[in-house]
Amino acid sequence: MYGKGRIIPALILFLGVMTSPMWYKSGDLSKLPKPEKPKDYKECVAPTAFMRTSHMVLLNQWRDNILREDGARIGKTANGTEYVRSLQNGCMKCHSDKKKFCDTCHNYASVKPYCWDCHLQPKEAM
Amino acid sequence: MDSKRRDFLKIAGLSAIAGIAVPSAFNSLLKGEAVASEHGEAAAANAAAGAHGAAAPTGKRWGMVIDVKKFAANPGLAEKCVSTCHAIHNVPDFGNKKDEIKWIWVDSFEHVFPDDSSQYKKPEALESMPFLTLCNHCDNPPCVRACPTQATFKTKDGVIAMDYHRCIGCRFCMAACPYGARSFNWREPRGKNADGQPFIKEINPKFPTRMRGVVEKCNFCVERLTIGQIPACVEVAAESKALVFGDLNDPASEVSQVLKTTFTIQRKPSAGTHPSLFYII
Amino acid sequence: MIEKALKGSTGYWLWMLFLLSIMGVGGLCYVQQFNYGLGITGMSRDVTWGVYISQFTFLVGVAAGGLMLVLPYYLHNYKAFGRIVILGEFMAIAAIAMCLMFIIADLGQPMRAMNVLLHPTPHSMLFWDMIVLNGYLFLNILCGWVVLQSEYKGIKYPKWIKPFIYLSIPWAISIHTVTAFLYCGLPGRHFWLTAILAPRFLASAFAAGPALLMVIAMILKRTTKFDVGREAQDKLVTIIGYAALLNFFFLGCEFFVAYYSQIPGHMHTLDYLFWGLGHGDQVYNNLVPFMRASVVMGLAGIALIFVSRAKQSDGLLVISCLLIFFAFWIDKGLGLVLGGFVPSMLDQVTEYYPSAQEIGITAAIWATGFFILSILYKVAISVKLENEA
Repeated sequence: MYGKGRIIPALILFLGVMTSPMWYKSGDLSKLPKPEKPKDYKECVAPTAFMRTSHMVLLNQWRDNILREDGARIGKTANGTEYVRSLQNGCMKCHSDKKKFCDTCHNYASVKPYCWDCHLQPKEAM
Repeated sequence: MDSKRRDFLKIAGLSAIAGIAVPSAFNSLLKGEAVASEHGEAAAANAAAGAHGAAAPTGKRWGMVIDVKKFAANPGLAEKCVSTCHAIHNVPDFGNKKDEIKWIWVDSFEHVFPDDSSQYKKPEALESMPFLTLCNHCDNPPCVRACPTQATFKTKDGVIAMDYHRCIGCRFCMAACPYGARSFNWREPRGKNADGQPFIKEINPKFPTRMRGVVEKCNFCVERLTIGQIPACVEVAAESKALVFGDLNDPASEVSQVLKTTFTIQRKPSAGTHPSLFYII
Repeated sequence: MIEKALKGSTGYWLWMLFLLSIMGVGGLCYVQQFNYGLGITGMSRDVTWGVYISQFTFLVGVAAGGLMLVLPYYLHNYKAFGRIVILGEFMAIAAIAMCLMFIIADLGQPMRAMNVLLHPTPHSMLFWDMIVLNGYLFLNILCGWVVLQSEYKGIKYPKWIKPFIYLSIPWAISIHTVTAFLYCGLPGRHFWLTAILAPRFLASAFAAGPALLMVIAMILKRTTKFDVGREAQDKLVTIIGYAALLNFFFLGCEFFVAYYSQIPGHMHTLDYLFWGLGHGDQVYNNLVPFMRASVVMGLAGIALIFVSRAKQSDGLLVISCLLIFFAFWIDKGLGLVLGGFVPSMLDQVTEYYPSAQEIGITAAIWATGFFILSILYKVAISVKLENEA
């Protein structure tokens, strides 16, 4: 290959720089986010492991089901507790502190869901 | 001879199938019934009957009668309907016509019924009558047909709903609506004006706001209907019965009874949209 | 082959730098629009589409205009278009790129543009428009590039490309037909609600697209050794002239239907565009000078273009093509879309004036289009001239 001596080191350097944020924090468990769970409630609408990975999928399903398929607005947990299938009027009833719950992980993962462009968090001061 | 006859029958059969299936498929395409598959045969039957106009009514179809005379007799009532709706739905007020967002508003006869040809010979009282104007929740909605993402769609109860999560803000629905019922969020609805006043004066924490760059409109209070309440404007006008709301497909409903006994008119009937709103003037 | 675009005269680089500076300014305007919302434009609740969508509509026509070169050359084996046909295909690429940029600029939520693919909706004409536009872009890149590459290598283009070239012919018709269907299928907008809209779009496209091409070809004739040839030039004059005439015939039909039937909805927008619409105690007429100029320029252009051929005058040819191009730019890139919103659905009149930022973004998208076009033409002409040398 023409210019091998320069191209390959340059490519390695480029990859190194681009992936440096990953190397920088890798293995540092102390930086893991610790979202604060509500104290007065023991049970969520689905198991924690599912909620941790797929809460956004569930929210999208609720939305499409209620809005488009005339689905039930009330759901039941495994233990039979009724809940409102709604972010603003359901989830946030228990998880009443968005900053300590939602934002902790979202900030860590650098995701910016647009939920809050329209939906209101509890007692949001505007 | 026999084989020829068989061929003929085959061709005849095939063209009969094509003759029946193709127009109905085409109809369903044109009628904006992409969701038809969910409703299965009922929708297909509707589509097939489409050529002759009215399809057999199935399920609920919410509708409303607006008695303009009663609004005229109760000054301020129409305005109260508007302010109540806009307050509970967090509709912003930008204070200018360019950015204006409205779900329901009071307008004049010549704006609401611009095709009316009686302009030279009409009762003087008509001039000052308050015409409550909102989304017509058409049975054959052009906005739903136009929307490229199904962000606006017809629910099974006949409400034309919006999914603000999906809207890309192309405003095709606004061009398509023959009634000017749709508004666009030209700017951030949660923002403040130059004097620091928020566009939404007091936020209703039970209902979301919208975001910049999406189209919005009256939702017939679908969030109230699902929990057994009537639309907020109807509730405000309940005492005077200026608004009558109910299921148009139920012959026993109050709204059907009113329509049966009173002459009503609809906006731009020639557009073929079959509005769910009826006016008594 | 693309490396040809990296070697050029000072004039070439100054031209590119000029385009880049406009793109930079417009880019800043877009950042402003992205942060504030579309409220930064002159659009309003009553006039919901402005220059973005009208430029888009016009440029679909410019793209479809390439058909007038591809069809005679590939379908009828008209050899005289051998040198110019690639210019038509590359112009279509640049025009479609501009169309897509104008659509994105017009979206309230551009980040969600992919929702159109995520939730395909066959009953929406915008969905079909997206399919035909992207398909046409793909076809032109493929056909143009493969044919030019073969020429570069000094061989005949491969056989497999032929079906794609043939496909691109009806496809060019489809892009402008579907774009017309965006408008003419809407109940309540009488000005657009006309079955003749798609034919009229095509007629103006087959005039405006080749007219722009002709102007560029004349510039190239002056600045480079590239000459499309007298026969091709004369043939294009016929095409442009008759297509432009056809457009005015269609426009005349619109006038007849509106003013003979006397149906108010059909007359109102034409009143607004050509005479001024009296409404209440005011007359609204901000587009009247433009629309009248469009008719005068168009008719003058048609007359002059035939004179230019009789006199074999390149100067007159450029002037007449510019007249026709700008006449149709006003007609479709201004009047058609803006006029449809007057009067509003509630019989009110709101006039539209684009904002400074809106004009900046529009200029930047045009500049980007010319930037793409310049690169493509640089490559094409370098290859052509090299082969002939």
